[in-house]
Amino acid sequence: MVAKDVKIINEQGLHMRPAGEFAKEMTKFDSDVTLVFGGKRINAKSVMLIISACIKCGAELTIECSGTDEEAALAKAVELVESGFGE
Amino acid sequence: MVKGIGGSAGYGVGKIVIISNAKPEYTVRPVKDTEAEVKRYEDAVEAFEAKTQAMADSMRGKVGDHNAEILEGHILLLKDPGMEEIVKSTIKSGTCAEAAFESACDMFIQMFQSTGDELLQQRVTDMNDIRTRMLKILTNTPDINIADVPEGTVLVAEDLTPSMTAGIVKEHVTGIITEVGGKTSHSAILARALQIPAVLSVSGIVSMVHDGMEAAVDGVAGTCILEPDEAEKEAYLTKRADFLREQEMLVIYKGKDTQTADGCKVELFGNIGNPDEAEQVVSCDGEGVGLFRTEFLFMGASSLPSEEDQFAAYKKAAETMQGKAVIIRTLDVGGDKDIPYLGLTKEDNPFLGYRAVRYCLQHEEMYRGQLRALLRASAFGDIRIMVPLVTCVEEIRQVKELLKELMSELDAEGRKYNKDIPVGVMIETPAASLIADLLAKEADFFSIGTNDLTQYTMAVDRGNAKVSYLYSAYQPAVLRSIKHIIEAGKEAGIPVGMCGEAAADPLLIPLLISFGLDEYSVSATSVLATRGTIAKWTKAEADVLAKKALSLTTEQEVEALLAGEKR
Repeated sequence: MVAKDVKIINEQGLHMRPAGEFAKEMTKFDSDVTLVFGGKRINAKSVMLIISACIKCGAELTIECSGTDEEAALAKAVELVESGFGE
Repeated sequence: MVKGIGGSAGYGVGKIVIISNAKPEYTVRPVKDTEAEVKRYEDAVEAFEAKTQAMADSMRGKVGDHNAEILEGHILLLKDPGMEEIVKSTIKSGTCAEAAFESACDMFIQMFQSTGDELLQQRVTDMNDIRTRMLKILTNTPDINIADVPEGTVLVAEDLTPSMTAGIVKEHVTGIITEVGGKTSHSAILARALQIPAVLSVSGIVSMVHDGMEAAVDGVAGTCILEPDEAEKEAYLTKRADFLREQEMLVIYKGKDTQTADGCKVELFGNIGNPDEAEQVVSCDGEGVGLFRTEFLFMGASSLPSEEDQFAAYKKAAETMQGKAVIIRTLDVGGDKDIPYLGLTKEDNPFLGYRAVRYCLQHEEMYRGQLRALLRASAFGDIRIMVPLVTCVEEIRQVKELLKELMSELDAEGRKYNKDIPVGVMIETPAASLIADLLAKEADFFSIGTNDLTQYTMAVDRGNAKVSYLYSAYQPAVLRSIKHIIEAGKEAGIPVGMCGEAAADPLLIPLLISFGLDEYSVSATSVLATRGTIAKWTKAEADVLAKKALSLTTEQEVEALLAGEKR
């Protein structure tokens, strides 16, 4: 398993659009991707679970990936978050 | 008459058809063959997907991709792994698909609602829509087909969901009334895209009406009349015809320069309250943003918005406008605008008290954050800073001094910004008007705020019904002040704009042309109408009218003259 701490920088946090984009991208990987936020573990391939977690701008969370393509999945996940989802 | 809010401008009269979004009844039953029940659920999901995709395809091109995308979003929500996992595991524990699905939806709806996030409130609407449609599929309940409503229908619904509206035939629907929803709800966006008059947020409307009842809808004022009499119907139909004729006439101004009949060009900007509204300014053909009120950033939050939050908002507006001017007013707190966490105390005369630039200059830490955010955002477009409620030269000097300091800070951090960012003064007090010549030496531009200028010039509280008759921009004192401000700006060679209601007033526009106003900033929906009014006057004609108007002695005479000459 690989993991990295990240901070959400887009103004409106992980709302519908970025959460959707994130889940869609993560679905492309075989690895399990989990967001650890506020003591909860969230399946990062589920938009519903991500938006339900209400992750706001400035929130700090950990991304965990485990599986055959975990390195690539983590790299992509970190890239998406750090780019602010183009917002 | 029932009151709501105007969601889409226009007038319409017709017979009501109630569109119910009630979910179908079913009996909860235990299941033994859970494998078969999961299969039944999967089949329903597939049917939902096929149906929804077909609706999305039929919408695309007709009412814009936005609504089609919402529907495609429904498919994603339904097929979400989190959703699927919960439903299937509930079914496997021996619950029927209907109950398993409904409880999963309810769980998500509750989670969305508990966040208190406005954007997720929209998802609640989506989830309700998905729930009802899935339950209909699972129980084999037929859908009402909105495409089949007869001509002259006024749709009444608790809320119009994208799936309901997919089949709307624009020619058949003369109006929409809903119980819930604001100006940015699906219903409003859709109604505007289809140009159907809509009144939203009418509480209890569904229980007030029945199918076939007549209704007249006024999407401009946000009101409707139920069972209108013949005279009322006649009046609405006349208004409708006028409105449609006007809309048609305004289309010719789209994409045109804003200029007088004899070719004097001026600038026509839009007023916004948040960065998203900049898109509306663009779509309404505004040439820039003349007033971005930053209060929303502060009022919408429970604590002071960070420099980063503000930077993101200002940057977004600048990028949306793609290099066109974005005049951003620094925090105008106080007066009638309270922001709880700022800890303002109640004052005897709030409008004469601790507000706007007076507050900001004494809360330098907070003001620095806003100015830094503005400077940083200036690297992404033509951002201009406007300082509200200035009454003396020192105030604008202090702001400029502060900006200078922040610029060296940003230099040291190696951050980009526009070194020549224009800093202007909002002229909205008699004091600023009287020393306009002195302020013009310090400011890069003026913007006249007519609402406050009128209030302060006439010393009148417009909220007090006993004296509000004095509150009028046609008052000779106000007109003289406006003329004086514009002339002082011209004398000093700086541009003068106006960002109050008056800038869109067809009665005042000829006077503003004559005085030489350089920039008009109006609400996005008034852009084309304002351009149309400006185009109807030559400078010479406007001068003649202005001379007459300024020779009159009372507000009533002025208004009568201007109304008589209205074009």
